[in-house]
Amino acid sequence: MKRTPLFSAHQNLGGKLIEFGGWEMPVQYTSIMDEHLTVRKAAGLFDISHMGEVLINGPGAEVFLNRTLTNDARRLVIGQGQYTLMCNEQGGVVDDLYAYRLTADEYLLIINASRIEDDLAWLEKQLNVVDQSTRVNLRNASEELGAVAVQGPRVVEFINNWLSGPSQGGTAITKTTDLKKNQVANLRFEGNNIWISRTGYTGEDGFEVVAPAGIINSVWNRILELGRPHGLKPAGLGARDTLRTEVCYPLYGHELDESTTPLEAGLGFFVSLDKGEFVGRPVLAEQKAKGVNKRLVAFKMTDKSAPPRPHYPIWNTGSNNARIGEVTSGTQSPSLGIGIGMGYVAPQSAVAETPLEVEIRGKRAPAVVVPKPIYRKAN
Amino acid sequence: MSNIPKDLKYAKSHEWVRVSGAEATVGITDHAQHELTDVVFVELPDPGKKFKAGESCAVVESVKTASDIYSPVSGEIVEVNKAVVDNPALVNSEPYGSGWFYKIKLSNPGELDQLLTPDQYGTQIGGA
Repeated sequence: MKRTPLFSAHQNLGGKLIEFGGWEMPVQYTSIMDEHLTVRKAAGLFDISHMGEVLINGPGAEVFLNRTLTNDARRLVIGQGQYTLMCNEQGGVVDDLYAYRLTADEYLLIINASRIEDDLAWLEKQLNVVDQSTRVNLRNASEELGAVAVQGPRVVEFINNWLSGPSQGGTAITKTTDLKKNQVANLRFEGNNIWISRTGYTGEDGFEVVAPAGIINSVWNRILELGRPHGLKPAGLGARDTLRTEVCYPLYGHELDESTTPLEAGLGFFVSLDKGEFVGRPVLAEQKAKGVNKRLVAFKMTDKSAPPRPHYPIWNTGSNNARIGEVTSGTQSPSLGIGIGMGYVAPQSAVAETPLEVEIRGKRAPAVVVPKPIYRKAN
Repeated sequence: MSNIPKDLKYAKSHEWVRVSGAEATVGITDHAQHELTDVVFVELPDPGKKFKAGESCAVVESVKTASDIYSPVSGEIVEVNKAVVDNPALVNSEPYGSGWFYKIKLSNPGELDQLLTPDQYGTQIGGA
């Protein structure tokens, strides 16, 4: 199994280490429930160094990215990031990712740990398709870089104490909290350039930091030191999964795979059919016009029951009682105290308030389709 | 340090047994609840159902996983603990007390000799 540069930090903190996509990572330090609730109420620090970083630069970078990714890369001004997807010719998802414009012609892609090799192979293949004169350089920087995510409502209390502005690149800021959602800036830490973005995978306010692997331990320790007085705790992959499930963020390999399109997954907002040609566009345009065969829904269990889990069958109710799909992600929601999940169902059942049944160990438990996100902060 | 009460017997699969005449009470050990962390759901067998030793008879679920509970002894379920169904957290807070799972009428008391003593169980879990 691979280990991130923060492996011994996890051991020292008492992290329970498990295998995730070929990596030895902490699933929890105290408990998933405790870490999840800490992120919702205070702050949590996650090691995300296993994720991949790809740097793409050159005068042809924007055009290349716009041909290869579904969202409109022309919208990316310097210092701006966007959620986007990479599709194959059938419109199936190769990966979902974030794309940031760091400078005039340098972009950073943050890709899923489990998809690093597949994504690189796919990107190289697309590079060979474009005209050589468009001059695009692609570099896999995953080994050189580490990353952490610090998430929660109390992050704003201490994050400005960490790095001082003004920024050296990206969005022009004087302090970290000047960053708006999805913006990224280059700041200095211990003589190194680090990139910090106002993004995350938990549904809370927070930041993600990309830094050279050699200093990521310093980054981790410093953030922990500054944040602990404000309730910051380290949080593992278990809480990362329950947090993102509550807000219905997809996870590649669950809601997304090569035989599923972004439209089926309800991610049409991140597919720009008007921007010109991109890989998968013809299939997606047709799906938009004619409709999809399956639709991702969020659901809640309506009675006390065992939690729904991936692959559990989903049935509709009533006289046409039939199996209509399966759960892609599911858990007991720490915030809501009830079973929640997402799954694919036939489009006619993909309407809020539609009653469903989830088959758990041979027995069917009642559930209901709910709008996304399942968990919303009470404002 | 895992709590291993001296008056109980143990199964390799981390269930404990408290014998009272011809009946036994069954639950999961402190070590088991600690490994699971937050228990969110317990599924218990119906009273009247019969199980053989080693047969899966209940399920305990944490946030991340569903784990089968194997009956350490053979017999007929006479009572189940509604309290853990209503409040699964009892399994974590009181695994040997109010977090018990079921009471079973022993059909083969000789099986009790196959179970582990507290010391043997302690050795198995490595004094953790």
